[in-house]
Amino acid sequence: MSDKKSVISKGDFTPVEYDPQYILQVNHLKKYFPIKGGMVSKTVGHVKAVDGVTFNLKRGTTMGLVGESGCGKTTTGRTILRLAGEKTDGQVLFNGKEVYDMSPKEMRALRTKMQIIFQDPFSSLSPRLPVGEIIGEAVREHKLVSKSEFNDYIDKVMDNCGLQPFHKARYPHEFSGGQRQRICIARALALNPEFVVCDEPVSALDVSIQAQIINLLKDLQDQYNLTYLFISHDLSVVEHISDSVGVMYLGNLVEYGDTEDIFRNPLHPYTKALFSAIPVPDPNAKMNRIVLEGSIPSPANPPSGCKFHTRCPYATERCKVEAPCQREVEPGHYVVCHLFDK
Amino acid sequence: MAKKKAEGYLSGREARRIAKENRRITNAFEKQRKRKNVPESEYLTHMADPNNAVEFDNLHTYFYTDAGVVKSVDGVSFEVPIGKTVGVVGESGCGKSVTSLSLMQLLQRPQGQVVEGEIRLNMGDKAYDVTKMPNEQMQKIRGNYVSMIFQEPMTSLNPVFRIGEQVDEVIALHHGEGKTKEDIKNRTIELLEMVGIANSQGVYQMYPHELSGGMRQRVCIAMALACSPKVIIADEPTTALDVTIQAQVLDLLRNLKDKINSSIMFITHDLGVIAEMADYVVVMYAGRVVEKGTVHEIFSNPAHPYTIGLMASKPVVGKQVDKLYSIPGKVPNPIDMPNYCYFKDRCEMCVAGCEGEYPCQVQLSPTHFVSCYRYYDHKNQGGEG
Ligand SMILES: Nc1ncnc2c1ncn2[C@@H]1O[C@H](COP(=O)(O)OP(=O)(O)OP(=O)(O)O)[C@@H](O)[C@H]1O
Ligand SMILES: Nc1ncnc2c1ncn2[C@@H]1O[C@H](COP(=O)(O)OP(=O)(O)OP(=O)(O)O)[C@@H](O)[C@H]1O
Ligand code: SF4
Ligand SMILES: [Mg+2]
Ligand SMILES: [Mg+2]
Repeated sequence: MSDKKSVISKGDFTPVEYDPQYILQVNHLKKYFPIKGGMVSKTVGHVKAVDGVTFNLKRGTTMGLVGESGCGKTTTGRTILRLAGEKTDGQVLFNGKEVYDMSPKEMRALRTKMQIIFQDPFSSLSPRLPVGEIIGEAVREHKLVSKSEFNDYIDKVMDNCGLQPFHKARYPHEFSGGQRQRICIARALALNPEFVVCDEPVSALDVSIQAQIINLLKDLQDQYNLTYLFISHDLSVVEHISDSVGVMYLGNLVEYGDTEDIFRNPLHPYTKALFSAIPVPDPNAKMNRIVLEGSIPSPANPPSGCKFHTRCPYATERCKVEAPCQREVEPGHYVVCHLFDK
Repeated sequence: MAKKKAEGYLSGREARRIAKENRRITNAFEKQRKRKNVPESEYLTHMADPNNAVEFDNLHTYFYTDAGVVKSVDGVSFEVPIGKTVGVVGESGCGKSVTSLSLMQLLQRPQGQVVEGEIRLNMGDKAYDVTKMPNEQMQKIRGNYVSMIFQEPMTSLNPVFRIGEQVDEVIALHHGEGKTKEDIKNRTIELLEMVGIANSQGVYQMYPHELSGGMRQRVCIAMALACSPKVIIADEPTTALDVTIQAQVLDLLRNLKDKINSSIMFITHDLGVIAEMADYVVVMYAGRVVEKGTVHEIFSNPAHPYTIGLMASKPVVGKQVDKLYSIPGKVPNPIDMPNYCYFKDRCEMCVAGCEGEYPCQVQLSPTHFVSCYRYYDHKNQGGEG
């Protein structure tokens, strides 16, 4: 908030062209939220929730998105789906079309193709509708199945997601946290989407039902060539389901690559610290956690240079002033850190 | 909607009949609870073991819904020793949250009622049976002596108030005497920083919808710990947190526990977190406890087929499998429970005895109990059902 101008630089990137192998191309995407202050609610600064994110997603693959709580994962997902108002800058191409240039009519058609499973099931389910209606509403509206097949179809979707027919007439508040999460999953999958943003879709489920849902997501992917952006804090799940993984820190991707490369050979100091903190299901296990010193910086006022320098064990003088560029360290494995300049 | 009534819906007349019957039952419970000036003697009780902070004894919590009586918790007994952490795991929907809400007296009323059993709370020099405590008394200890971190943060945050106001209010309510507004605000900021929230001054001014999922969860943790409670119920407190902040929050809970000897009931699906945090583990299935023991017993020697299946379902970092194991089949309908072992229809290890009634609890070691026919000849039948 120190610089008075607080002007947002826009268009500071090279636009990308459509590449048909990708269902989704995200280029320098930014989403800032204004901070209001003072008596007249003037904008005094911005929360830079997403601050220049670039990645491409191949059709029929899954990209895992991990990172510190509050680093902008949900906002990235919502901005891609145009659910967070206008974007601040950058491009989002879905099948080659800029999502933010679509007409309301095109947008409506797109809504069934792009779905999101929300992180917070409680506030995303209408309290006044029985669950059968919540799941079936949009299916009926978009006439995805004929009237005579409707009930069987909903039953099948619910069954796939570990819900049972007797759940249909109940209201969301009558369910447990994990059951509500499954309702959200069923609602999203019932529409036969092409692309799904899964925001912590299995965090409230016991490991057995979690396994069932993950197997279901993978089966659907094999059958219908679905594409997922999979946001999760559970790194074992991310490793299992993703083809590629992006690691976010304070609004930016700091490392990106094939799942195998990232887990076998994490490079960025933040990724290393993150992986060292995975809890092990063994009471005798000794943990070698890399403890990150320093407090978490605020996205309203991110540090200069490399945003991670305030907490990085390897930070040098250069890291404090100069922002690192993205380097391809091995084929397809990108990292944003001065340690890899050369 | 299709003409023929689909499976899962009741006829209107049937639903009305059930609703009327439910009202009669729940009204009676509510009348009991709303009484004023209830003498303490009505809810005084004795701990079975004075070293326990909480004892759940044969707890039955039912929901009287229009579709029938949902037996969410159907005979749960376990204890939380003073200064220890008890991890509770189990199938999604098995009654973990309802068990803890029963202790807090925060069940959704009037449908949700404790119909049988005791929850004994150790108050130091005396013990209370929470299930019989009147509202006014409960309010004094809730959030103060016992406090709960809710599974879904938005259930405890009010969307129309700023974060700061909400945390301030909790502090003012229980520990506000002699404190100025400024003191309270400073304490709130301190709490927010304790749970790793960056920009605590900014977050103080924000509304809940402006926070990320994990930030909301941490605000709830800060609120629950504001008054240094002696008994903490943590219902999935770290699901929205990345592993580094999770480690920080777990440390925070551990420190608090060590400092004031609090007891923690820790509900989670993350077996890694259980292994790290818990001294004892309780495994629930379909409203009942199927196995309990020390953390070492449960992890190195899981006995109940459900526990064994659970341990096998967890994906492990660095281990590649094509398809994850998941326990086949479904949980029984809580409105219509079978009269044999609730897990039998999904069990891959059935023995002849499983045809019989619900198995009683078998003792495998001084601390390890399991409800399963496979262990009937292991030891003499013992314990309660
Ligand atoms: N509507 C909003 N107004 C203002 N700030 C917001 C808004 N939504 C999100 N933010 C801010 O943007 C940042 C990123 O939030 P986001 O929800 O994307 O995080 P996240 O990575 O999903 O975190 P988590 O893992 O905790 O869910 C946070 O600092 C949050 O406070
Ligand atoms: N208000 C209610 N009315 C009717 N049934 C309810 C109500 N609240 C909970 N239930 C039912 O009680 C059962 C137990 O719910 P509970 O929330 O305790 O599950 P849980 O073990 O916490 O599961 P999860 O891990 O998914 O949170 C579920 O089958 C649920 O559908
Ligand atoms: S650029 Fe410097 S501060 Fe940033 S992660 Fe790399 S070494 Fe650490
Ligand atoms: Mg999020
Ligand atoms: Mg729950």
